Amino acid sequence: MLDYEILRVIWWALIGVLLAAFAIMDGFDFGVAALLRVLGRDEHERHVLLETIEPTWEGNQVWFILGGGAVFAAWPLLYAASFSGLYVAMFVLLLAFIIRPVGFNFREKVENPTWTHAWDYGLVASGVIVMTVCGVAFGNLFLGLPFHYDGDLRMTWDGTFFELFRPFALLSGLVSLSMLLTHGAAWVAMKADESIAARAATVARITSLIYVVLFVLAGVWLAYGIPGYAVAGPVVTDGVSNPMAKQVAVGASWFAGYMAHPAFWIAPVVAFVGALGVQLFVARQGFLGFFSSCLSVAGTIAAAGFALFPFLMPSSVDPRSSLTVWDASSSQGTLFLMMCLAIVFLPIIILYTTWVFRVMRGRVNLDHVRKSHNMY
Amino acid sequence: MIVDPEVVGLSRLQFALTALYHFLFVPLTLGMAFMLAIMESVYVMTRREIWKRMTQFWGVLFGINFAMGVATGVTMEFQFGTNWAYYSHYVGDIFGAPLAIEGMMAFFLESTLVGVFFFGWERTTPLKHMIATWFMALGTSLSALWILIANGWMQNPVGAAFNAQTMRMEVTKFSDVVLNPVAQAKFVHTVSAGYTMGSMFVLSISAWYLLRGRNVEFAKRSMTVAASFGLAASLSVVVLGDESGYTVSENQKMKMAAIEAMWETEPAPASFTLVGFPDVAKRETHAAIRVPWLMGLIGTRSIDEPILGIDSLVDDAKVRITDGIKAYDAMLVLRENKDDAQAKAILAAHDKDMGYALLLKRFMDDPRKATPADIERAAESTIPNVPVLFWSFRLMVACGFWFIGLFAYAFWRASKRRLEGKNFLRVALWSLPLPWVAAELGWIVAEYGRQPWAIEGVLPTALGASSLTPGQVWISLGGFVLFYTALAVIDGYLMVKFAKKGPDGLGMWPPSPAPLPTTTQTA
Repeated sequence: MLDYEILRVIWWALIGVLLAAFAIMDGFDFGVAALLRVLGRDEHERHVLLETIEPTWEGNQVWFILGGGAVFAAWPLLYAASFSGLYVAMFVLLLAFIIRPVGFNFREKVENPTWTHAWDYGLVASGVIVMTVCGVAFGNLFLGLPFHYDGDLRMTWDGTFFELFRPFALLSGLVSLSMLLTHGAAWVAMKADESIAARAATVARITSLIYVVLFVLAGVWLAYGIPGYAVAGPVVTDGVSNPMAKQVAVGASWFAGYMAHPAFWIAPVVAFVGALGVQLFVARQGFLGFFSSCLSVAGTIAAAGFALFPFLMPSSVDPRSSLTVWDASSSQGTLFLMMCLAIVFLPIIILYTTWVFRVMRGRVNLDHVRKSHNMY
Repeated sequence: MIVDPEVVGLSRLQFALTALYHFLFVPLTLGMAFMLAIMESVYVMTRREIWKRMTQFWGVLFGINFAMGVATGVTMEFQFGTNWAYYSHYVGDIFGAPLAIEGMMAFFLESTLVGVFFFGWERTTPLKHMIATWFMALGTSLSALWILIANGWMQNPVGAAFNAQTMRMEVTKFSDVVLNPVAQAKFVHTVSAGYTMGSMFVLSISAWYLLRGRNVEFAKRSMTVAASFGLAASLSVVVLGDESGYTVSENQKMKMAAIEAMWETEPAPASFTLVGFPDVAKRETHAAIRVPWLMGLIGTRSIDEPILGIDSLVDDAKVRITDGIKAYDAMLVLRENKDDAQAKAILAAHDKDMGYALLLKRFMDDPRKATPADIERAAESTIPNVPVLFWSFRLMVACGFWFIGLFAYAFWRASKRRLEGKNFLRVALWSLPLPWVAAELGWIVAEYGRQPWAIEGVLPTALGASSLTPGQVWISLGGFVLFYTALAVIDGYLMVKFAKKGPDGLGMWPPSPAPLPTTTQTA
């Protein structure tokens, strides 16, 4: 069996990979849903837009489900603390996740414009809510969340729902929103009929500029305006998973990791290169445009993850209760077993997902829509 | 600290409502997926267009149901974290793994290939499409496997031990968790229930078409598939339900005693109470009709092993609570000093009973201060709701036998090619709701019957709840009730609408003379 320390780092990275996979694979579905009424000017066009994502969104969403399951299995303390602490936010997120499957399936089942429009706005809302709430939640991690543990490791939350809307967190929400709107638009630019694609390319270029500005702003704010957390005293990396066994100092820089490991800078650089790629390619070379957007999404998430490391969920009211990579994981046996299973199953998943995307390849136009209309 | 009882109660209500609601859709998905795969296989083998159209038509109804299943399934994964945070912390090391494996091995497969099922008819070869449908069906059942491995562990927590340093259960042997006999029995019982439901769905709607003289060719073929698949499934659901009952009697004696309303231990072999009226206050069952020996045979598969009654089990619980307090005390010592040899020995001797001491936490902060009256109270709290379990179980079993009879008769009529017959068709139509009734009752027997435990003997439900405020849970509960009710109305409306439209109304069969629109595809 591998060292506990190594397993924890592997699982930290794997959760990052799952989060990035979710943002890349399902992010464009949410982006398309949010842009449904912007890019689709009439019912036919909206039909085409939806048909670009309908055959694959369901599988894409499983990256999120799997991410949740993997956090539960590998970081049970993080799963328990974040889901219960962010109770109302999670409920809102959940409603957005519930409305999507039924929205896709039901919107064309009754031939009535009011019915269809209502579902459209439901889909738009689900897209906007998920993209924004995930970003706001991530931003809150840097500010620290109000929770503490007692001796039984029962967590108590000391804040309220509205305290989550702090300015930096809202900015993070906007970074996430602009990034994934770009991603959705880049998908449409690659995948939809040319006339819609051209419109989408324009949107992608605008939102991607907004994203770059906001992302830089968030970085500067994080560097100069927000105190970082650091484990104080000796860091035990292979100890038992009990957060109360350590001390935490507040006031360091969230960029300390970047200073110690210059290789971390690759992540934000990739994010910017991706955004540049979107500007260059999205209008003419759909695939390159979309691929660039994938880079920018992955780079952004990695950049945030590197800054937080080794913290998973810092506590603002009792810094000692903060969850880190070294004290919030499952047991060594569980981490090892789950790693082995991930090694076996992730390639298989990628294999059949690739096959499905191949089967569904090509731009979607109105004829496809007419043919599949009856079956779904 | 003691979790607010209102939060616990509301969270339990919310979990039960959302799980029961989710479970309206899941079994139908399980059953329909296989029926679609079977129908499509007939198409691929015979290349008769009608079988393709059957797959597509039932696929539309499957799609409506599938969307609801996916939508309500996300809630379940969230809820362990949102409302049962201490539970998630306490057993996440074991319980999280099957959920994650379910995602990797099953839900991914099912969700990725469902897109090919709906959108791939013209985009790949019939053979490849059929293989995708089979893997989708396999994915749904594998999904059930891992969820029931997780659930089976809640009923029979094997392969794990308590760790005082991390204040949680940790895996000792994962193969025990996977090969848990309770999980295996539950898996087969639950998927068979799903296959039964899928068969009934197709049988009943087809019967309706035949009653109306619509879609006759289509309905007869569908009924034949449903009757054969349904007969096999309903036999399996009852036989393996019995297996499930046997494993319950092995490790959840209290649940068994409550289902049977066995207030006192009877001399072996115990009689089976066919019907009666359990009286909780007096601890007796009025107007009971008993079948001698039967209970002993089902529960122990022997004639000389007794089945313990509720009174003896409460007495057992008192002993285990007393021993559990010793373990709890040792755990507190170990938390301060993990090398204390004496405490280690005590914990090792009594760690199987520590969960019983935690039952006291519902009433007091420190179980070590429990008086005999407190212990008595905690022991009494291990009795689940006897009348509800008693009746739920009996109605579920009655449904099971009804399904066997109906499908056997339908199978016989199908093999004689005499599916028309107004009375038979009416009975088949009106039996439509019964699989749902049985499935929901089955959930109640299994999960409500597990109370007061979240994890049998390890973690009481009341302790597993998150430290929320009642207001928060009211918000989510109210939201779920509103949202889910609206969705139920829409789902019901669409199901009825599309079933009524039928293959003829949707222009799927008979084939329309108009040519299909031509394909153009730009790369």
